Amino acid sequence: MPIAAAGRPMADIARPSPRHAGRVRNLALQAALILIVGGLGCGAIYNAAQNLAHANIAHGFGFWNNTAGFDISQTLIEYSASTSTFGRAFWVGLLNTLLVSAIGIVLATILGFIIGIARLSRNWLVARLASGYVELIRNVPLLLQIMFWYNSVLKALPELRGSVALPFGGFLNNRGLFLPRPEFGARFDAVVIALSLGIIAAMALHVWARRRQERTGMRPRILWPALAVIVGLPVVAFIVFGFPLSFRNPDLGRFNVRGGLEILPEFAALLIALSVYTAAFIAEVVRAGVLAVPTGQTEAASALGLRSDWTLRLVVVPQAMRVIVPPLTSQYLNLIKNSSLAVAIGYPDLFQVFTGSVLNITGQAVEVVAITMAVYLMISLVTSALMNLYGRTIAIVER
Amino acid sequence: MAIALARVLRLRGFGALFLLKGLIMKRLATAFAIATVLAFGMQAACAQTLKAVKDRGELLCGSNGQLAGFGMPDPQGNWTGFDVEFCRAIAAAIFNDPTKVKFLPLTAANRFTALQSGEIDVLSRNTTWTMSRDTSLGIDFAAVNYYDGQGFMVHKALKVSSALELNDAAVCVQQGTTTELNLADYFRSNHMSLKTVTFATADEAVKAYDTGRCDSYTTDSSGLYGVRVLLSNPNDNIVLPEIISKEPLSPVVRQGDDAWEDLVRWVHYAMVDAEELGVSKTNLDDQMKSTNPEIRRLLGVEGQFGEPLGLTNDWAYRIIKAVGNYGESFERTVGQGSPLKIARGLNALWTKGGLQYGLPVR
Repeated sequence: MPIAAAGRPMADIARPSPRHAGRVRNLALQAALILIVGGLGCGAIYNAAQNLAHANIAHGFGFWNNTAGFDISQTLIEYSASTSTFGRAFWVGLLNTLLVSAIGIVLATILGFIIGIARLSRNWLVARLASGYVELIRNVPLLLQIMFWYNSVLKALPELRGSVALPFGGFLNNRGLFLPRPEFGARFDAVVIALSLGIIAAMALHVWARRRQERTGMRPRILWPALAVIVGLPVVAFIVFGFPLSFRNPDLGRFNVRGGLEILPEFAALLIALSVYTAAFIAEVVRAGVLAVPTGQTEAASALGLRSDWTLRLVVVPQAMRVIVPPLTSQYLNLIKNSSLAVAIGYPDLFQVFTGSVLNITGQAVEVVAITMAVYLMISLVTSALMNLYGRTIAIVER
Repeated sequence: MAIALARVLRLRGFGALFLLKGLIMKRLATAFAIATVLAFGMQAACAQTLKAVKDRGELLCGSNGQLAGFGMPDPQGNWTGFDVEFCRAIAAAIFNDPTKVKFLPLTAANRFTALQSGEIDVLSRNTTWTMSRDTSLGIDFAAVNYYDGQGFMVHKALKVSSALELNDAAVCVQQGTTTELNLADYFRSNHMSLKTVTFATADEAVKAYDTGRCDSYTTDSSGLYGVRVLLSNPNDNIVLPEIISKEPLSPVVRQGDDAWEDLVRWVHYAMVDAEELGVSKTNLDDQMKSTNPEIRRLLGVEGQFGEPLGLTNDWAYRIIKAVGNYGESFERTVGQGSPLKIARGLNALWTKGGLQYGLPVR
């Protein structure tokens, strides 16, 4: 480019080049397009408000602070039908969506990586089992799988009176899984601080070990000391501050189990279905990623005398991850959006609570649906931004 | 269609699945429809419902689809029930043919959106007339055609005899209903705690109750009787005596078309008037020769009462010929002539201690 510009006579530079003129025209076109789209959007909003007013349908966001009046079966934050607002119900639903999505993503990733690697196994049986899993799960509609887990598996659990007593005072029945609820003492924060200190110390140890390796070529073994600080510090804090943790066991009442930590069957069914389903897709992503690393890389590594576990860790995985991360992000987004199928089995996620109960009680379809769509959009954008950030840390670094 | 098919095949589980998938799609679709119509459409000529119905050649009626006795397709796929017959009566008044109705199965959660967006002409789906619905949804209630109240059904094995013993119970309920709100109120005001499990469709809520996920299922007491006959062992379930709310059920129309609202309202009163005057499907043709001026006006022998509604003057004759009077329709669909065997109770005529009171045709 610079060479071409330098060779151009002065007169040419003074006159706007055809390329420059094209750029101005493009900018003008784009500005016009933005204006048209923006104008259409504003017009639509204005027109909708006018039409709603004309049809005597309540509109605006005033409902947000009105009392909700309905109950929700799973609430991560305090919520009461008689005093909480529709806005509070929105947050309850949103947190339930985030809870099932976050745990679902973790489980699907673990299961997906295991299945994906199993599919590449040289063991015939393991590889066939893994590919059978993938073919079965990803070819059956998710809604059907959710219904299967909810109606066929979890409903088959015993009734309240026939509850299965679990060790350490838990219960399992068709109302859910009830576990002892941890109750944190006043000084429990000390244990958390000790744990964070332990993790920081372990990271410092790691940095020291790497510097040492760079200087001397010898890498000191730090696995045991690192584990000792991560586990040891909190344990010491736990003992010093007088065991600030107790468990409250659930009691079997006449109708329900009181107290304790409750895991609803609706939540369990949705979580299992989402994790199992998405894992099948992640397995394929992982398999593709590993296969995308040329065999020459492995061969070169062994020619250099690298041990096979080091080859996997230092040569294959880093290159595979670059291929895996972008489609993995799509799978995470799918899982989050699919969590709205909760409506089929009565798990109170954002879609169920907000576009179900709230929409129907307020009758404000336009506002409620717009808010819900915006929220799903936000969750997805944040997720993919985080994944892109991670993708950048594992990208090829040119030295 | 899917539901009708499922009923024929006795595949209730799959029927529910079809419906659910449809429901999720439908909820989004109606929401989009209303958003699009509202955002880009000009205000539709909403004062023209009767003309639109006549031009179309059929009435679009939103009904339940899952509630025995009120709105549900029978094993042959024909829609039957109390709410269904009301729409047939409207069709009879307009077209002199009670079959010129297309029924759309709606859930509690999407019924008002379907009406607001113009997907249906009239909503006849056990819908409670409340103040906030009347004043803020852009809809109008025509006339109370069933006085109901909310009750509870429990498993007999629980040995519960009153709703006040349900402290701490898990209760299954359908989303988007007055029931959902009354339930929370009732437990709160009696200082009891409860675990609500909310489902988008009544079918799912009932199935969850039937399989023991909940101790109790709650809805309008008429609905409880309708649901009980569909359970796996109807006799293992009892309906508790408490009625915890007032549920005046009424057909609903869009606000802003007063002529259409008048028509729907008078279809109901014609049926009640006919019962009061002793005009029934069986003696209809004899009654045409009656000398009673009230009967003569109702049946169009005297005066011009149908034309101002945009109908013919024999409009009420057509209704009674097609579905009978109010009492006949009641007994056939939910009363003694049906498996539900609901007593008239509040829905008896005012002359017999009930609340149904026909307005004068004059």
